[in-house]
Amino acid sequence: MVMEKAPAFSTLAIHAGAQPDPATGARATPIYQTTSYVFDDVDHAAALFNLETFGNIYTRIMNPTQAVLEERVAALEGGTAALAVASGHAAQCVIFHTLLSPGDEFVAARQLYGGSINQFNHAFKKFGWTVAWADADDISSFEQALSPNTKAIFIESIANPGGIVTDIEAIAKIAKTAGVPLIVDNTLATPYLCQAKAHGADIIVHSLTKFLGGHGNSVGGVIVDCGTFDWIGSGKYPTLSEPCESYNGIIFAETFGDFAFAIACRVLALRDLGPCISPFNAFLILTGIETLPLRLQAHSDNAAAVAAWLQTHDKVVWVNYAGLDGNRYQSLAKKYCPKGAGAVFTFGLQGGYEAGVNLVGKVNLFSHLANIGDTRSLIIHPASTTHSQLTPDQRRSAGAGDDVVRLSVGLEDKDDIIADLDQALAQI
Amino acid sequence: MVRHLNRPTHSVMNHDAYSDRYILDILNTHKIIAMVGASANKVRPSYFAMKYLMAKGYRIIPVNPGLAGQNILGQTVYSRVTEIGEPVGIVDIFRNSEAALAITKDAITIGAKVVWMQLGVRNDEAAALAEQAGLKVVMNRCPKIEYGRHSGEISWAGVNSRTISSVRPKLAPRGYQHRLIRSSD
Ligand SMILES: Cc1ncc(COP(=O)(O)O)c(C=O)c1O
Repeated sequence: MVMEKAPAFSTLAIHAGAQPDPATGARATPIYQTTSYVFDDVDHAAALFNLETFGNIYTRIMNPTQAVLEERVAALEGGTAALAVASGHAAQCVIFHTLLSPGDEFVAARQLYGGSINQFNHAFKKFGWTVAWADADDISSFEQALSPNTKAIFIESIANPGGIVTDIEAIAKIAKTAGVPLIVDNTLATPYLCQAKAHGADIIVHSLTKFLGGHGNSVGGVIVDCGTFDWIGSGKYPTLSEPCESYNGIIFAETFGDFAFAIACRVLALRDLGPCISPFNAFLILTGIETLPLRLQAHSDNAAAVAAWLQTHDKVVWVNYAGLDGNRYQSLAKKYCPKGAGAVFTFGLQGGYEAGVNLVGKVNLFSHLANIGDTRSLIIHPASTTHSQLTPDQRRSAGAGDDVVRLSVGLEDKDDIIADLDQALAQI
Repeated sequence: MVRHLNRPTHSVMNHDAYSDRYILDILNTHKIIAMVGASANKVRPSYFAMKYLMAKGYRIIPVNPGLAGQNILGQTVYSRVTEIGEPVGIVDIFRNSEAALAITKDAITIGAKVVWMQLGVRNDEAAALAEQAGLKVVMNRCPKIEYGRHSGEISWAGVNSRTISSVRPKLAPRGYQHRLIRSSD
């Protein structure tokens, strides 16, 4: 049967990309735990290597379980195609490897996951790529950070760890005027809470490790090509608009049209750098995505209740949750994340660093660990852990000052979550 | 990017969005395609599309005045659609939007059933003419991509096929990595 109406989000979360297995009829997506695929004949093999036809060669480049995951996320984000890789960081590396050459620059909001700040400042320097930092709270700083060598702008929709909501449309406008793609890390919001493409993202990236997988069991990352950027018209991205030596001179943007970026990421950066996702991880994350709408709504509702409770506690100095009345990001949250402000936020303790370190040692239900987006509630003191490699200044500006505690509110009963924080706060 | 030439105020079809059924019906019914602007250059999109569609069982008749009388993928090249001496179902236009009008008139002359303009090609005046003459029209689409979407093959590359289905895909006789297009019911 051919469907006439475009399926809604919760239907896509279950079905996009996943038909029954053609060989066996298996209804759940099989785990294709194989390195390689038999060619149908000699011509078929040659055609695959020349990118003339669609198909599977080797699991470093593609895998049928991974492909279902990719199409699923592409559909949920409204993109033309996606590429799943080993981790969120691998996804960022593959994106920039496809866009940048040595000597190029990109602009990034300084309100980012601490690991991304490290990756951009240090690892990327070795590739000859330079980051220019801007301030998500001061939109004009993005314009000031641009230079003739700027090739992209990178932001997080909801920034980790701060509970900061970024004004995506305002920054998209700057990217458009500058003629560079806007890359949005949509990890904390997920497409359920934030439809980044509709607000101007050209490329969306996720750590699948967090809410998309959602169960704290698999590391992964994904790149979504929104199909919105005109690579040929721009001419600034030779990987996409010039003949490619390693594929006999094909021009990716010409051959693959509005999904050229995703294909180039796969058959160049992923092929050559090699950070592929395991089929088993792809399967677990795919299973997690089936319940994404239910989970994210419950995560967000629980977080709103916990944030409101914390705000009334006398040992808590401040709570930064964009869903709270009076929060400075509330109007941005209403615009970009109308169903809820997510499950990750920070609060400040009386007693600063000492109190923070103390609190994470007193919880019972919350797990003290360096992750977010699990079914379980998670807690961390960023200044002594995830952000400890940054300078005190960088920590403060990333929203990870000494007194800051970060929560990722899970799916347990909200009264149990609050009771655990209550007993831990009583002990400090 | 698509340029809109001579967009008329009246149009029978919505050429901004085609239903899956409309596209499937065309690809399931017509198996002979004249490809105008076919290239002998092995890395051009038109060469990829020709090779792919031939592998799916379509007969492709290349048309390119500069290569008339020569051979692309074993098929004789014609200088013009009107030179082809056999019935043609689809005239597939791999040329710019301006050139599409004259080619569409040729397609009407030879009694083709469908005028198909490639990704990035759109000529609304040509479309209106073809529709008045009873032909179906597809603009700004690639038949290779459409076949890939409706067979599920394009999904192997992580591409959003924009289709969902609980029906098992059909394997083609050539092997596990070849699939057949869905029926249009
Ligand atoms: C917002 C954000 N982006 C990217 C990453 C990196 O993802 P991964 O740990 O999967 O490499 C993280 C991880 O914490 C994150 O929170």
